[in-house]
Formats: sequence, structure tokens, C-alpha cells
Amino acid sequence: MTITQAVRSSTPSKAVPQRAPRIRTEAKRAPSAYYWMVWPAVIAFAAFHTVPVIVGVFFSFTNYAGYGAWNFVGLSNYVNLFRDDRVLQAYGFSFLFAIVATILTNAFSLAIAMGLNAKIKARNFWRGVYFVPYILAILVIGYVFQFFFSNSLPKILAGVPLFADNILTNETWAWTAIVALAVWQSCAFAIIIYLSGLQTIPAELYEASSLDGASPWRTFRSITFPLIGAFFTINVVLSLKGFLQVFDPIVALTNGGPGTSTESVTLLIFRGGFSGGEFAYQTANAVIFFIVITIVSLFQFRVLQRREADF
Amino acid sequence: MTSMTNTAPQLENELAATAVRRRRRRKEGDDDTRKTNWWATALIAVCSLTVLIPLYLAVVVALKTPDQLTAGTGFELPNPIRWENFAEAWTRTDFPQALANTAFITVGSVVFTLLTSSVVAYALARNIHRPFFKGVFFYLLAALFIPFPIIMLPLVKQTSILGLDNQVGMILLYTIYGLSLNIFIYTAYIRSIPIELEEAARIDGASTWRVFRSVIFPLLMPMNATVGILTCVWAWNDFIMPLVVLTEPSARTLPLAQYVFQGQFNTDYTVAFASYLMAMAPLLIVYIFSQRWVISGVTRGSIK
Repeated sequence: MTITQAVRSSTPSKAVPQRAPRIRTEAKRAPSAYYWMVWPAVIAFAAFHTVPVIVGVFFSFTNYAGYGAWNFVGLSNYVNLFRDDRVLQAYGFSFLFAIVATILTNAFSLAIAMGLNAKIKARNFWRGVYFVPYILAILVIGYVFQFFFSNSLPKILAGVPLFADNILTNETWAWTAIVALAVWQSCAFAIIIYLSGLQTIPAELYEASSLDGASPWRTFRSITFPLIGAFFTINVVLSLKGFLQVFDPIVALTNGGPGTSTESVTLLIFRGGFSGGEFAYQTANAVIFFIVITIVSLFQFRVLQRREADF
Repeated sequence: MTSMTNTAPQLENELAATAVRRRRRRKEGDDDTRKTNWWATALIAVCSLTVLIPLYLAVVVALKTPDQLTAGTGFELPNPIRWENFAEAWTRTDFPQALANTAFITVGSVVFTLLTSSVVAYALARNIHRPFFKGVFFYLLAALFIPFPIIMLPLVKQTSILGLDNQVGMILLYTIYGLSLNIFIYTAYIRSIPIELEEAARIDGASTWRVFRSVIFPLLMPMNATVGILTCVWAWNDFIMPLVVLTEPSARTLPLAQYVFQGQFNTDYTVAFASYLMAMAPLLIVYIFSQRWVISGVTRGSIK
């Protein structure tokens, strides 16, 4: 090899020195097929999810009624929200409902999951039964519950004034019927998650604790509950987030009534936004609702995970 | 089995083999050596009444005459049985049309979701160390926190402008809105698939698409089951999205069709319940036949 040849081959052709930069660019850029796999989804997602979010946030600063002309009104929608009794009541109802329903759902489904995890007869059959509510439309089953509360219960419990007068028309207690329906359905999925958590606990731990003479309650407190901590976190965060946005059970049972006593934030946004001419105002409400839900979820995650880490 | 002559002994062998296999499987499934817990059995059985009683109520009310219904609490057995309720519900809710709409939307959503979410998740999972793909991953994931009400009102405008306020639009929306959760479910699983499998295919000259189609997608079957079940139940039962997006009455889905019975008070309960049963039945029947498979599928999706 002469010197000139060596010089020539070091210029970009197909010799060794070219290789190093090519590897580096390959590491940076993926094969183009991967980009083709992702881009259509990103564009579709941006068009049908992100654009509506941005449009919504934009209109929340206007007085748009859903039709006709509109003007910018700055933050006045947001300011008015905090002065609106109906909005504050909807938040109050949503939080009361969500907290009670979350506690009940998790208590019941953990208890039932433990029962289903014990050695019982026809275990798979019972597991199948308890999952049935998940596959039924909550709206449709809700009408069945409505009949039960408004027609069957008053006749069965004619002696109890609360139930005899149809609890759904009772301004103070109608929300408990909605809780019953929502818990009835969401237990199904929570049970499955708890069950898969319980199955990760090695049986040896229980053998050891029974040799030590631990009581069932002690076993639950010291072994079962700590070891399914992650599943507890998932269930609590998911159910609170879901219950805050409650919609179908209310439509099926009370439609927000009597009066506005069982009106949730989602129902209020739907009603005011579509038929109340409050498009911009309720969109502002939705923006606030988003912030509230995000804060609540993140806060829960932090608190619950810290508790998990203690073990 | 190639020829007819050795069919019989071979069949016998096969039967014996299945019997052994089945025995072994039953043994494996029954590795639980604890004593049967009768207290727990009883408790679980009693609690399951909370699930079964509403279903029982729906069936008996659907089979009664209005007079029978007003006479009792609703729990009495129907006598005589009135099947006409179903015929009336059939015509009043335009059941075939609503069923066809719901089935079309559900099948379309499941098929499109499985085809698209898995591809996107594959590309993201294999390139998650690259900034672009990581960004996309978190962009899609962040959408899990955005409640539906915030996009509800603008979305209605947008779909009607684009002419997507129909069944096709619903399929598109279910596919897109499911993306966040599905990618979350898929990517974790794809990352557990050894990359050597892909490299072997690549050495044989397969393109990225070919690798996905021939190697990855078949391996994803357990996750496809999970995602398919979740999407199916969601699309079949959803009420709020069809309510706000669909405009034509002929595009009505089953949950929306049940809405017509609201406000037409007590007199219609028997027909309404027949209609509710017909709306619940298809998914319930499918579930009864695929019960164990559904539960194990959902379990895998929810924890990994």
C-alpha cells in the first residue's frame, strides 16, 4: 500500500474509519420501521385527544355557549366556579361518594378475595360468579337496582320509614343507594386484583405463623396485608379516581335528583355543557376537575407507597 | 393419523394419554393440601347472593304481567309466564339494529386495538432508551390522568365537523383512547420477551415488520387476550361516549336503547326488564362459556 492509496482510502469511501461514526448514528436513530409504527398512533392521539384538551382549555377563557359568537373573558369562568353553590355541591357530593365507595369497595373485595383464596369447595365457580358484575353494563343493571329500591324495598321493609318512602327520593340518603350500586359493580375487578396479589404470598409464611400460634387477625395484619401492599395501592388509587368521575350509576338511579342532591361533577359538566348553554363555563370546571384528580391521585400514590416502603 | 387401519388403536392410545394428562393436571391444580374451609365456603356462597339476586330479579320481572308485578314485591315467581314482553321489547328498542351497532363497534374496536396497540407498544418497548420513543411513551401515559369530561365537549364538536359522529367514529375513538392503558400493559410484557428471538429472525433476513408479525405478535397472545377482553367489555357497555358522540338515532347502541324506558314510569317495567335482559345476554353468555379464561387473562393484565 502506497501513501497516496492510504490517504485516499481514509477519505469517505468504504474503509475502516467510516465505521465508527456509522455505528454511533445507528445507536441514535432507530430503524425507520419503528418510526412508521409509532407516528400514525401519535398523530391520531394528538388529533383526537390532545387537540380537544387544548381546545377545551382555550374555550375555558371565553364565554362560548356552544353556539354563536364568543369573546374572551379571561379568568372570570374560573372565579365564578368558586362562587357557584351548585358546583361546590357537586364537588362535595363527588368526594363524599368517592371516599365512602372506595373504602367499602376495598374492604369488601379484600375480604371476599381472601375467602376465594382459602380452600373452598367449587372455587373456580365462585370466582366466576363474583366477576359477573364487571361484564354487565352498569347503566342497565342500574335500572334493575332502581326497581329494587323504588318498588321492592318499600314493600319488603314497609316497617322502616327510610326504605318505605323510597330511598331514591330522599334528599339526604339517596346517595347511599348510588354507593351500593357502584360498589356492587367495582368489587368484581378489585377482587380479581386482590386475588392475584394473594396468590403471590408463599404458603410457607402461613405455615410458619400457624406454628408460632398467631391468631387469624394477627396473621392478616403481619403477613397478608403488608405483602399485598402494592395491590392495595393500585386498587385504592384506581377506585378513587374512577369514583370521582361517577356518571352511569347516577343516571340509572336518580339522574342527579332529588333536586341536585346527587349531582356529580361529571354529570354537572355533561348537563350544563350540552343543554345548559354553559359550554365554556363547564369546560373551565373540567379543567379544575382534571387538576383536582391529578393532585389527589399523586398524593395518594406518595402516601400509600411510603407506607408500603416501611415494610 | 394417516390411514384408516391404525385409527382404532391409535385413538385408544390417545384417549389413554389424555386421561393420564387430565389426571395429572387435576393433581397439579389441587396442590392445595389444606383442609376444606367450610366456614369460608359458606360465607362466599352467602355473599354471592348479592350478585345473583339482582339477576334473579331481572329474570322474574321480565316474565311477568304488569298486574302480577304491582301485586307483589317483584321477587315472586311469575305465574303464568309472559314471553310477549320480549317480543315487545324487541320491537320497541329496535333491538336488531341496536345489537348490530353494538356488535359492529365492539368487534371493530377490539380488532383495531389489538392490531395497533401491539405495534406501537412493540416499537416503544424496543426503543425505550431513545429520547423520541421515551417521550412518546410518557406522552401517551400522561393521558391516563385526563378525565373524560375535559375532552367531552370539544370532542363532540370535532367529531361532528369531521363526520365521525357515527359507528366508524366510535371504533376510532375506542382504539385511540384505549392506547394509553394498552401500551402500559403491552410494553412491560414485550420487555420480558428475550431479544435473542428477534435477532435470530433478523439474521435470517427478516425486516422489522416481519419480525413483529412472525415472532412478536404470536408471543403476545396472553396479553392480546387481556387487552381484547378489557376493550370488549368497555366498548359493549359504555354509555357516556355513545351518548355524546352519536347523533343519528339509527346508530344507537344497546345501553343507549335502554334509555328510552326511563321516564315512562312503572307500567312499562316488565317490558323494560325484558329489554335489559336482552341487552345483558350476549356478553353474559359469552362469559359463561369462557369464564376461566377471562379471569386468568384479566389477572395477567392487571398485575404485570
